[in-house]
Amino acid sequence: MKRSQQAHVPIHKLAGIAVLLAGVLLVATLCFGAPADPSQIPNIFRPQSTPANSILHLSALVLAITALIFVVVFSLLVYAVAKFRKRDEDDGREPAQVYGSNQVELAWTVIPTLIVLVLFLATARVIHSIQDAPKPLGAIEVIAIGHQFWWEFRYPALGVVAANELHVPVSNPSNPTPTFLTLLSVDTDHSFWVPRLAGKTDLIPNRVNHTWIDPQETGLYLGQCAQYCGTQHAKMLLRVYVDSPEKFEQWAQEQRKPAIINDAVEAGRQVFETTACVNCHAVSGTVADGRFGPDLTHLMSRDTIASGAAPNTRENLRAWIQNPDTIKPGSLMPAMQLNDRDLDALTDYLMTLR
Amino acid sequence: MSSETIALSTVGQDARPIGERLHEWVVTVDHKKLGILYIVYGIVFLVIGGIEALIMRIQLVVPQNHFVSPQVFNRLFTMHGTTMIFFVVMPLLFGFGTYLIPLMIGARDMAFPRLNAFSFWMTAFGGVLLYFSFIGGYGLFGAGNAPDMGWFAYAPLTARAFSPGHSTDFWTLALLISGIGSIGTAVNFIATILSMRCPGMTLGKMPLLAWLNLIMGGMVLLAISPLTAAQIMLSIDRYLGGHFFDTQAGGSAVLWMHFFWIFGHPEVYILVVPAFAFASEIIPVFSRKPIFGYPVMVAATICIGFVSFSVWAHHMFTVGMSAYGNTFFTVTSMIIAVPTGIKIFNWLGTMWGGKIQFKAPMLFCVGFLFQFLIAGLTGIMLATSPFDWQLGNSYFVVAHFHYVIVGAILFTIFAAFYYWFPKMSGRMYNETFAKWHFWLFFLGFHLTFDFMHIPGILGMPRRIYTYEPGRGWEIWNLIVTIGVFFQTAGVLAFVANLVWSLWKGKPAGNDPWDAWTLEWSTSSPPADYDFAATPAVRSRRPLWDLKHPEDPDWKYE
Repeated sequence: MKRSQQAHVPIHKLAGIAVLLAGVLLVATLCFGAPADPSQIPNIFRPQSTPANSILHLSALVLAITALIFVVVFSLLVYAVAKFRKRDEDDGREPAQVYGSNQVELAWTVIPTLIVLVLFLATARVIHSIQDAPKPLGAIEVIAIGHQFWWEFRYPALGVVAANELHVPVSNPSNPTPTFLTLLSVDTDHSFWVPRLAGKTDLIPNRVNHTWIDPQETGLYLGQCAQYCGTQHAKMLLRVYVDSPEKFEQWAQEQRKPAIINDAVEAGRQVFETTACVNCHAVSGTVADGRFGPDLTHLMSRDTIASGAAPNTRENLRAWIQNPDTIKPGSLMPAMQLNDRDLDALTDYLMTLR
Repeated sequence: MSSETIALSTVGQDARPIGERLHEWVVTVDHKKLGILYIVYGIVFLVIGGIEALIMRIQLVVPQNHFVSPQVFNRLFTMHGTTMIFFVVMPLLFGFGTYLIPLMIGARDMAFPRLNAFSFWMTAFGGVLLYFSFIGGYGLFGAGNAPDMGWFAYAPLTARAFSPGHSTDFWTLALLISGIGSIGTAVNFIATILSMRCPGMTLGKMPLLAWLNLIMGGMVLLAISPLTAAQIMLSIDRYLGGHFFDTQAGGSAVLWMHFFWIFGHPEVYILVVPAFAFASEIIPVFSRKPIFGYPVMVAATICIGFVSFSVWAHHMFTVGMSAYGNTFFTVTSMIIAVPTGIKIFNWLGTMWGGKIQFKAPMLFCVGFLFQFLIAGLTGIMLATSPFDWQLGNSYFVVAHFHYVIVGAILFTIFAAFYYWFPKMSGRMYNETFAKWHFWLFFLGFHLTFDFMHIPGILGMPRRIYTYEPGRGWEIWNLIVTIGVFFQTAGVLAFVANLVWSLWKGKPAGNDPWDAWTLEWSTSSPPADYDFAATPAVRSRRPLWDLKHPEDPDWKYE
C-alpha cells in the first residue's frame, strides 16, 4: 500500500516537540552561564565510596536492560501508530478482527519473567554486599543523631562531639578505614544522604539503623536530610569532610580539647552563661551543658552555621543569634532578644571558640 | 449508521426553575447524575490541586526564592498530594465507573442507589472538611492552618508534640470519611457487576471496564481498611493517650509506615486499574479491532491485584529493613512488571493491523501508552532496592509517580472525558480545542516530568521549599516550572472546551464513535431508566453483532 502524505503528520509533530525541547534546554543553559563546580554536585553517578560504587554498577545494568526494553517497545509503538493509521483513501471496511494469539501472548509473558529473574539475582547480590559488609578493625565509629533541623555526630572512641559537619578519614583500599555510622533520631524521621558516598538510610526515633562509607578521595561531599522532618527540612544540610589520616587525627585532637578561655571576651562569656543559651548548648569546661542544640565548644572550627544554611562569618553569627528566622525560618532556636552591646559581646565570645 | 441523530429530549429544554433543578441534583440517587457529580467534584479539586502545584513550582523556579514561606510550602505539598489522590483521581474514576457500569452491563441503575448517593456525599464531605482546615485548622487558637506533615503523614510528625493544632485531625477525619465513601462505592460496584448484568452477559462476556472495576472494588475493600484502622489508631494516640505511633512513649514510627503503605501501594493500582479500563475500551474502538487477548487482560489484572498487596515495603527500602526484607520486596515489586508488561503488549496488539483514528480520546490513549511504558521502566529502577537507596525520596521518585498519576492515569481520564462526553451531554466536544488541549498538555507534561528526573539523580530530595545554588539543580528546576505553564494552558483549553461544548456542541447522536458496547445503544444522554427494554447480549461486543449480522463475534468467542 502506498503511504500517503498524511501518514507523516504525527512524526513531524513529535520531531517538532523534540526540537522545541532541545531549544528550551539550550536557552536555559545559556541563561545560567557557567556550570556549577562538578565536585559540589551531589551526583549519584559520580561515586567516591564503595556502597555508592556498587549501586552505580548495579544501576548501570538496570539502565541498560530498561533502555533496551524502551527501545524495543517504543519502536513497536511508533511503528504501529505510523503504519496502522487510517488512510485518506481508506475503503471504509473494518480491518481483520483478531481476538488474540496464545503463542505471542506466551512469549511476552515468558521473556519479561526471565528479565526479572536476571535483575533480581543481580540485585540480591548487591543488597547483601552493602548491607551485610563486615566491619574491619580500622573502622571509625560515629553515632549520627538527627535533630530538627541539624545533625549531631558523636565519636565514642575518640571522645569527640561535632555537629553538622562530619569529618572522616579517607579510606585506603589496602588498609581500609571505613566509617560505620549508627543512626538515631531524637524527634522525627530524618534520612542520612550523601549521594556520592552511599545511598540514604533513615534516622528513626526509637530505632537503631546503620550505614557505612569508605570515601577514597579527600574533599568535601555534600548531602542533606532526605526524609521530611518538619518546617526546615530543606535547610537540614549535611557536609562530609574527607580528610587525610594525619589531618583527621589532628582535627580529632583539637576537638577533644576543652574550650579556650580568653579573658578578652569575658563579657560575652558572662552573657552566654547567664542567659538561656546554656539550656540548649554545651561548651566543655564551662557551666553550659545543654543537649538540645549543637555543641559549641569548637564552633569556629566549622565552615557553616545553622546546619549548612549560612557561612560561619561574624555577620551571620550575629544575625543568627539576634533572630534565627532571618536565616532559617522555623528553626527551633528562639530569637535571643539581646541588646546590641550584649549581642556584640556574645558574638565576640563565640568567635573565640576555635 | 453512526451519523444518524435522534431528537434530544432533555438537552436545553428544561424549563423548571433553577432551584428545583439544583435540588434534583442534591437528592438524586440516579447513577448517571451521581457519576456526573463525582466528575464535576473531581474537576473542581483538580483545579485547586493544580493551583497548589503551580505555586510550589514558582517557589522552586530559582534557588533561595522567597515566593512563599517554608510553612506555606509544606502545607501546599501536603494538600496537593492528599487532594490529587483522594479528591481528584478517586472521584473522577469512581464517577466514570458509577456512570458507565450500569450502562455497560445493561442495567437500569446500581445495585444500591441510595448507598451510591451516600458514598458520593461522604466523599464530598471529606474534601470539604480537608479544605476547611485552611480556615479552621487551629480552631480556637485563631489563625488558620492546613495539614503540613506530608501526604503520607509519617509518625511521629503527626504526634501532638510536633503537630499541636488540629490540622492533623482535619486530615485524619477527611480521609476516614472519604474512605467510608470509597468502601460504599466499592461494595456497590461489586454487587452491581456480580448481580445486575443483562441476560447473556456472563462474566466472560463483560466489557473489560466492568471487569477491571470489579477487581478495583475488591482492592478498595482490602486496602482502605488498614488506612482507616491507622487513622483511628492515630486519633487514639492524639486524644486518648495511646502510644501506637508515639515514639516518645515507646511507639513505633515504622508501624505507621507499614499501615500506610499497605494501603498506599495497592492504592496506586486502585487508581491505575480503572485507567487501564478506559484504555481497554477506547483503544479497540479507535483501532477498529476487538481487544487483543481479553482473557489474558483479565488474568493479568487479577494478578496485579494480588501482587500489589505484597509490595508495600518497597516504599520503605531506606528505613533499615534486613537484607532479606529488602530482597523480598525487590522481587515482588519486579514481578508486578510482568502482568503490567502483558497489558502494554496487548494494547499494542490491539492497535496492530487496525485502522487507527486519531481523535482526541485515542491521542490521549497513545500518550498514555508511551508514558506508562516509561513510568514502568523507572518503576523497575526503583524496585531495585540499592538503586532506590539513592533515588528514593528524591525528585526522581516525584517524577516517577507523576509519570504514573499524570502521564498514565490523568491522560486516560482525559481520554475518557472526550470519549464519553457525547454520551453524558448529548453533544460533541470541539475536536480542534481537544487537539490543542492534547498537544499543550503533552508538551507541558514532558517538559515538567522528563526533566524532573534529573535533579533527583543530582541529589535533590523532595519536599524542600528551597535549595542551595551551585548544586547543578537550577536549570532543571527552571525547565520543570516552564512546563507547568504549558500544562495549565492545556487544562484551560480542556475546561473551555467542556463549557463551550455543553452549550454549543453539535448533537452527538447515540453512537458517534461507531462503538460496540451497550452504552452506545441508548440515547445520548440516556433516559432516567437507561434502557427502555432490557438488552440481551451474545458476545463481548453486542453492537458489533448488531451491525455485522453476517460476521458476529459470538461465533468466535
